[in-house]
Amino acid sequence: MAANPACRSADHALSRRSLLGGLGVGALGMCGGLAATPGLAEAVKSGSKRVLIVFLHGGVSQLESWDPKPGTDTGGPFRAIPTSVPGTHISELLPHTATQMHRLSIIRSLDTKNGDHGRGQREMISGRDQPAPFDYPSLGAVVAKTSTPTGFSLPGHILIRGAGTGPGSAAYLGPQFAGVAMNDGKPPEYTARPEGLTGEADRRRAALRSRFNDRFAGRRRTADTDAYTFSYDQALDLLDQREVFDVTKESVRDHDRYGSHEFGQHCLLARRLLERGVPFVQVNHSNYDTHFENFDFHIEQLGEFDRPFATLVNDLTERGLMEDTLVCVMSEFGRTPRINDRYGRDHWGTSWSIVMGGAGVQSGGIIGRTNADGTAVEDRAVDHGHVFHTILQAIGVDSLGEFHVAGRDHPIADPAKGPIDELLA
Amino acid sequence: MIDPTKTHQTLEYKHGRPLLAVRYAAAGGAIYFSAENTPPQRLVPGADGAEATVSPLEGGHDSWVKSLAVLPDGRGVVTAGYDGRLVWFDDAGKTPQMVRAIEAHEGWVRSVAASPDGRLLASCGNDRLVRLWDAADGRELAVLSGHESHVYEVAWRPDGSAVMSCDLKGVVKEWDPSAGVLRRDIVTAEPLWKYDPTFRADIGGARSIGFNTDGSQLALGGITKVTNAFAGIGKPVIVLVDWEQPAVPDKVDQAADTAASQGASTKAKAAEATGVRQLLGKGAGDGVCWGVAWHPEGFWIGQAGGGGGGWLRFFQPDATEDFHAIKLPTNGRGMALSPDGTDVAVAMADGFLRVYGLHG
Repeated sequence: MAANPACRSADHALSRRSLLGGLGVGALGMCGGLAATPGLAEAVKSGSKRVLIVFLHGGVSQLESWDPKPGTDTGGPFRAIPTSVPGTHISELLPHTATQMHRLSIIRSLDTKNGDHGRGQREMISGRDQPAPFDYPSLGAVVAKTSTPTGFSLPGHILIRGAGTGPGSAAYLGPQFAGVAMNDGKPPEYTARPEGLTGEADRRRAALRSRFNDRFAGRRRTADTDAYTFSYDQALDLLDQREVFDVTKESVRDHDRYGSHEFGQHCLLARRLLERGVPFVQVNHSNYDTHFENFDFHIEQLGEFDRPFATLVNDLTERGLMEDTLVCVMSEFGRTPRINDRYGRDHWGTSWSIVMGGAGVQSGGIIGRTNADGTAVEDRAVDHGHVFHTILQAIGVDSLGEFHVAGRDHPIADPAKGPIDELLA
Repeated sequence: MIDPTKTHQTLEYKHGRPLLAVRYAAAGGAIYFSAENTPPQRLVPGADGAEATVSPLEGGHDSWVKSLAVLPDGRGVVTAGYDGRLVWFDDAGKTPQMVRAIEAHEGWVRSVAASPDGRLLASCGNDRLVRLWDAADGRELAVLSGHESHVYEVAWRPDGSAVMSCDLKGVVKEWDPSAGVLRRDIVTAEPLWKYDPTFRADIGGARSIGFNTDGSQLALGGITKVTNAFAGIGKPVIVLVDWEQPAVPDKVDQAADTAASQGASTKAKAAEATGVRQLLGKGAGDGVCWGVAWHPEGFWIGQAGGGGGGWLRFFQPDATEDFHAIKLPTNGRGMALSPDGTDVAVAMADGFLRVYGLHG
């Protein structure tokens, strides 16, 4: 593939993993090719807003979280508790989150018509129907592309995970916008200077490489060489900013507030990254695929989720970040209202819930409604497509616009869907 | 005449909602059971094939009841709920009447058991505590702390001298009920607990508990050899603990080391030297041992349920595999042996209470 030498956009780059193995590559600043696309230029209203996704892997039970049905045959043993929003109740497993619900809204009417883990993860994170592997960029890639400020030197799309699926695909947007993984919360791979290599020696080595690159690019520049160059440049940037990823720099008090367990540390790390302007951060929490002893495992998992998540929402608010940070808690699907004979709940995409807040979206609201036993959506059915539009519009991206890549127009979000207007009012 | 090989169903009662727990009245006759999202029930089988009489134990709970303790001399039943409450019911009249409800634990109460003389109750729950109560008036007598995870089961030694508890991680503690203090820890964590790194969660704990008649063996039912915690892929197991086993963990380790050095060829044999043994069903499918009971005729009964279906299995005390098993129509979730030893009642996930005679 030949590249347009006048354009330094990474739109044309090949898969970075095929080129680089594990090194994470962050977002580039927007360049002419992007701005030249009228739809996208309009779409990018703000480069300062951010997105935080908390992805509860395996499929959290809506009945044990956001849409409790106590006293019904499907409700399970947990009770509902009042929240900071009068009249809104959530599961008793979320007492800390209950105090933050005036900063969030619940969407109780997801009908995604899918019970497959892989497909659910792809669809929720890309906003498209994707039974097959990724053909569309993930939300993180879209946010990184549209909302990374010019000159921003950190990756624009970061995934913090202990378990769960890997970095989100950038598909046709190019590898610069694919997710950079912080596995187990550790800094991205290959961002530490090797022992024995001094900073001065490294700079001289980089300068030599740069000279070779420039000479080669003058005659035979390709998307491949662009990707190589970008990756090395960003790696050098990250060498100097590695402490951004070091959660131990946070105070002892904050470590206590978030908890020493993995998810608590990952939430604290997310706060650190968002404070430094990373446009898209996803924190995975695993696992909720509770076919057996759903209730015991939800005590354990949501017991771990509740306090750090509530603390993070509170901190983002108190630090003035919530108004520019869209926060969404999602899964690939929910869990069956029917309780199986092993006290489990199985996969369920027909009537389940997510939570969203920040970035000016309506807070304290409840969108949609399920029936008495939670087996069907009775009002305002939405799916991954609507959620995707809503998140993007909340951070100022015109999700009805298009990306112009290599001579083709790609709608930013599913053109057959639109945002959940009530949340954006 | 008791003959487990002739076990057969003698009663089937359709409640409708999936059952959770079952206990016989101390004098026999009535059977108490609980179910998802309904009050616990008292069932009195009809004589000569007549229809059973069923009465609800109304009031006191607003969540599931997972454990029942029957008081002797017809003094009623105490129910333990996932709402954190213990509720007393007087059963002397025609219909059971609620006497009192107390907030007993923070979070779920997972188990309640009456002392052999019926004067005391022991309960345990998700607050990691064991609590002792005066069965007559509900006064709290002792709070026993020391477990570091949810406490799943509690039981009294038949002579009333000890209260045993087992938590999620398979840690077993012996408490002195008179002094309200810990006597010793018994280590059984290896077979009864696993941290599943894929799902990042703990699985384990005793899901059933019982002593033999003379109190020389403690049985803990649960799940072992777990390969997938969230699908419940593992084997139902009864872990037998000899009462005389070494008292503290380092002694257990020493005993295992000694046994190994003396030629015990496998880890299991070494473990046996510590007084801990496992009973596994022959060719048992996946599941959990939800019920365990010692039969006075000299054998253990285990009730398993899970991906491998529902089973009743019978074990000789010195064997590691069952000598007989019967397949149940569906998964059971709890089991009780009748006071006269002739029947076992099983609380089943399909909404039925089924009773099985252990005779011809």
